[in-house]
Amino acid sequence: MSDSIRAICMPKWGLSMKEGTVAAWLMDEGDEISSGDEVMDVDTEKISSAVEVSESGILRRQIATEGDTLSVGDLLGVLADADTPDADIDAFVTEFQANYVPPADDEEDGGAATETVDVDGRTIRYLLRGEGGVPIILVHGFGGDLNNWLFNHEALAANRAVYALDLPGHGASAKDVGEGGIAALAAVVSGFMAALGIDKAHLVGHSLGGAISLSVALDNADKVASLTLIGSAGLGAEIDGDYLAGFIAAERRKDLKPHVEKLFSDPALVTRQLINDLLAFKRIDGVQAALEMIMAAFAPGGSQALVLRDRIGDVGVPVMAIWGSGDRIVPASHAEGLPDNVRTEVMAGQGHMVQMEAASEVNRLIGELIG
Amino acid sequence: MARNISYQQAIGEALAQEMERDETVVLMGEDVAGGAGSPGEDDAWGGVLGVTKGLYGKFGDRVMDTPITESAFIGAAVGAATSGLRPVAELMFIDFMGVCFDQMFNQAAKFRYMFGGKAETPVVIRTMYGAGFRAAAQHSQCLYPVFTHIPGLKVVTPATPYDAKGLLIQSIRDNDPVIFCEHKALYTLEGDVPEEAYAIPFGEANVTREGDDVSIVTLGRMVHVAHEAADALAKDGINCEIVDLRTTSPMDTDTIIESVENTGRLVVLDESHPRCSIATDVSAIVAQEAFGALKAPIRMVTAPHVPVPFAENLEDLYIPDAGQVQQAVRSVMGKD
Repeated sequence: MSDSIRAICMPKWGLSMKEGTVAAWLMDEGDEISSGDEVMDVDTEKISSAVEVSESGILRRQIATEGDTLSVGDLLGVLADADTPDADIDAFVTEFQANYVPPADDEEDGGAATETVDVDGRTIRYLLRGEGGVPIILVHGFGGDLNNWLFNHEALAANRAVYALDLPGHGASAKDVGEGGIAALAAVVSGFMAALGIDKAHLVGHSLGGAISLSVALDNADKVASLTLIGSAGLGAEIDGDYLAGFIAAERRKDLKPHVEKLFSDPALVTRQLINDLLAFKRIDGVQAALEMIMAAFAPGGSQALVLRDRIGDVGVPVMAIWGSGDRIVPASHAEGLPDNVRTEVMAGQGHMVQMEAASEVNRLIGELIG
Repeated sequence: MARNISYQQAIGEALAQEMERDETVVLMGEDVAGGAGSPGEDDAWGGVLGVTKGLYGKFGDRVMDTPITESAFIGAAVGAATSGLRPVAELMFIDFMGVCFDQMFNQAAKFRYMFGGKAETPVVIRTMYGAGFRAAAQHSQCLYPVFTHIPGLKVVTPATPYDAKGLLIQSIRDNDPVIFCEHKALYTLEGDVPEEAYAIPFGEANVTREGDDVSIVTLGRMVHVAHEAADALAKDGINCEIVDLRTTSPMDTDTIIESVENTGRLVVLDESHPRCSIATDVSAIVAQEAFGALKAPIRMVTAPHVPVPFAENLEDLYIPDAGQVQQAVRSVMGKD
């Protein structure tokens, strides 16, 4: 059988994904596919996104058809060279399907469960994927959690350890946010590294998490190997204060949805399940107070209190700023005029959650930066 | 962090966490502490099906066994609520409401209104309902429509462990009388429930399945029957949307109407009797507010207008099942 045959499988986006429904094929049989191309739209309970392939070749077979609901890892299609005989592809499909075992319902995905660590008296939840190398630490933004990295985490962990944590007041971490400002949260990220014995890490921060990561890099130059700031806070005073206040105030689905839609360039990505998950988070005792505390310290009156723009030139390691040009939360203008040590990548048409909506491009850029 | 626990454990956990948080929260009812003359420290019943087991050991006299006199202890709970406590009284079976109904609908429900808004009655009455336990006509009814009829009472019918915990915490924190209805058949149902306390607001229905063909509006145990039917119908290409009301008073009419405006078809599924029920109520609201959206007559799937039978085969026939729901859905789709 030809070595050129490659399976395109149902991806696993996040811990809880068990199956996905094929919304549409984006490529036809016979199309030439390059690594990074989107071949199919898939809907899951939590989110809808495109399946990207990491291989190149001709799309020789569409196995899944639109409307099919398939388990993670199941066969969607087959890539191969143009000269691979059809009989070989048929044999490959038959063999794949004969051997395919869907993941068990209660399976914890081979140890992909989250863990917790005590950081100066606070319980911090995190998810570790991959091993070895200088690790990456992924720091989410205001109101987010480690699931914000569901399209990045696994991809970045191919050849190194990648940690995603829940900041205090977020996800399943402790609700005590201290003073709630960038400095207090940066101390938790530094403490997280110390608690897990991480001497040096590549920091990747989104939004509020970007400002936190930048602050860690400025105060602990020897502990940071590189810095990636995505739609980052901390580079200008402007921020959508109505978004922050509205996110905090919303108690019901109808009130929350319009605010969350501002995060994405494609509002269809805001599924009912995504809103339900956010509401479930917001309804936990202590979360409301934590978010209010962070807002009061981080963006009192709807503009950012701490602007570190003048100091970003002092960061002695590779720095990259990634922005969606249509970011409605932190304006892409904050990516303009940064000092020469900062590589700047503005993605046309993308929104605030650019690491989710243009995951493969963001993953590729991070890979380039950290080498 | 969330873990998998039962509906029954979720209710016990909500009670324990609220008692921990607020010392004015007290429990009372038949056998909720020890019962049957037992002091409760050791092998207490913790209510007839063990929902409050372990709480006496933790909270001592704040968990009170009462005589078998609903008229007295429901009245005592209502009175205590007007004078500073947040009692959670357990009315063992909803069927027993008859002997203490005055305390609930003429007293608790009316105080806020009759005292010019100055009186608050933060009492919760937890009560079991529903058929399927071979417990016959006096221990199996779905009487939540009766409470829903009374202004001044809030009525809650959780379908999942997650909702049971969050809605019970909201019930305890709420300053009005709440009738918290627990379906017996759901006690062993397991689901993800956060360890932390959380409150789910009243009057927000939960769309537990999205679909464009038919809206199934339902509540309590029937939510799961609706899902069973919807799974089967999906194989034939019929996509049902399922709306779990979660609370019948207040009721989230916006979500019902929004769903029906999207699908154009309504099946209401309710385990209670067909007359003056949640099914008739939802049907009336949709007929009045969203008639123009309807592509087919509304169909109700309910128990029949008879007492719950004791004979097992008759009780099984009495409870609405997924087959009846499928039939109703096919009928509004014009595919029967």
